[in-house]
Order: sequence, then structure tokens, then C-alpha cells
Amino acid sequence: MEGLNPFSLSGKSILITGASSGIGRQIALSCAEMEASLYVSGRNVNRLQDTLDSLSTHSGCHHKLLVADLTHSDEVNNLVAAVEPLDGAVLCSGIGLTLPVKFASQDKFKEVFETNFFSQVELVRLLYKAKKLKASASVVFLDSIGGTHDISAGAIVYGTSKAALLSATKYCALEFSHRLIRVNCICPGMVETPLIHRGTVTEEQLHADMMRYPLKRYGRPEDIAYMAVYLLSDAASWVTGQDFVIDGGISL
Amino acid sequence: MELEKFIENFAEQFDETDASEITASTNYHDLEEWSSLVALSVIAMVDEEYDVTLKGDDIRNSKTVEDLFNLVSSRL
Repeated sequence: MEGLNPFSLSGKSILITGASSGIGRQIALSCAEMEASLYVSGRNVNRLQDTLDSLSTHSGCHHKLLVADLTHSDEVNNLVAAVEPLDGAVLCSGIGLTLPVKFASQDKFKEVFETNFFSQVELVRLLYKAKKLKASASVVFLDSIGGTHDISAGAIVYGTSKAALLSATKYCALEFSHRLIRVNCICPGMVETPLIHRGTVTEEQLHADMMRYPLKRYGRPEDIAYMAVYLLSDAASWVTGQDFVIDGGISL
Repeated sequence: MELEKFIENFAEQFDETDASEITASTNYHDLEEWSSLVALSVIAMVDEEYDVTLKGDDIRNSKTVEDLFNLVSSRL
């Protein structure tokens, strides 16, 4: 019944960065399930291959693996050159850092902003400039409630990088609307991924934090992937420049 | 690395607790001002001063300032 389901990604070609683990990996799985053809990108070829091997392949769908470290400009350029014009891009690569303000020196900001902000905006800039985003394409940034909807002690570096990304989303949305390209971001609360188990806080502290969530659990990667699927689909064709909070109610 | 200097660096992470209250044998979990934010500050201080990465579990499992000193020393 192709064409009748506005939520289907059938026939769409989508680039997903940070696809080797966590939310990015799940978005890749869900998009493939919804019949998209994918370029999965990340730094680690083995984990990326594992994602690729896990993707469902519907008839007419083709998935490709593109290894790239987005903090290296030559690798970003190669990535942009390697993709055919896209119907969608989901940018999921990101790193975390927990640090009180008094230890948040400029080099810490630079390290996190490089991955969470500069490399994200740079990739989208180059895709747009090289006309690798088709008219009516959809761009989705993986943002966070941190820095905008939630201010927690120790999260200044991560939070400000995500706040900057939220702001950039809106500028891209406005300027890219000339080609009817939509740009949105998703702001998850804490989601069960390797990123939250870095050990800076103990598992007990994480559990106590989880119980603060009105819906009594952290997010699952699927909770976020379904929003990405919606934003990539034709169902969201009048949605642009927005930040979508998915957080189990913690920001209420 | 010196224990005395470590204690001094440790005590600097507190605002209301006088440095004289913090000695090698102080069980820091019992200090009134001890909090998750102070714990994060200690982790950050150890990273900055000694280039050693402590985990939340290290802070939880150590009892006294000297325990933590020994742990950091063992990872230098």
C-alpha cells in the first residue's frame, strides 16, 4: 500500500551519523524498519558494521556504511562527496561531560563543542551547500533537554553545546526553507545508552535520578527513534524549526 | 605526590567547611556539606591536578581522605 501511509519512509534515502551505538543505532534500525535506504556513519567500523548487519532490508532498499570522524574536516568532505542527494539526515553523534562550573575551562568546552556543535553544523552546512539535501528533505539534530529545558549541576559544558545546537536548528530551518527543507531537533531526557553510563555518577545515583522522572523510567532508544521517523516522514511536512522534548515528563 | 597537598586540594572543594576540619582520617561522607556537586568537584580536581580519572564508585567506596589519596597515588 505504498504511498498511503504518511509515516512510511519508503523510497527515502537517509543519512544517519553516530549510528554505531545508542540512539543513533536505534534510529537506523527504526528507519530501515520503515523501509528507508540508509547511509549509516560513525567512527568505529566494527560497531558500524554490526549496525549495518542488524538493519532490515525491504525490497528496493539499499544500505551503505560510511566511516567518518566528523571532527576531521577531510573526513566530513569525503562523507559529503560520498552520498547521493538525500531525503533526510539525522545527526546523532555526541559526547557527554560532567563538570562543575569552576572546572569548566575553555579547553573542556572546545573538546565537547567540537563534537556536539561544530561538527554537526558543519556537516549540515556542507550537505546544503553541495546540494546533497533534496527539496523537501528533512534534517533532524539529536539535541537534549540539557541546557534549555533542564539545568542540572555539573552539566554546563554539555548543556551549552546542546543549547547552541538548538539555536542553530532554528537558523538552519529558516534559511533552508527556501528549498522547502525542514530542520528540527529532538530533546531527550536521560536515555538508556552507553553515554549515560560513563561512571562519573554511580549506578545508585542514576537510579535515584530515574525515580525523579514522572513516568518512572529513563527513555529507551526507541522512544526517540519514533520521533525521528515522524520528523523524516511526509507526515511532518509542515513541521520545521522546532525542538521536540521527549523526557518522561522530567521537565514539567 | 604529597598527602598534605592532596588534603589541601580536597578541602578547597568545600565552601562552608573549614579546612581545619578536614584531615587524612576524615570520613568525608559524614561532612555536612558533602554533596553530589562536591563529589563532582573532587573528581574534576583530581583530573586537573593529578591527571587521574576517578569514577563515582571510587568516591563512594573510599571512606577517608587518605583512602582517596591512596587510590589516586596508585593510579599515577
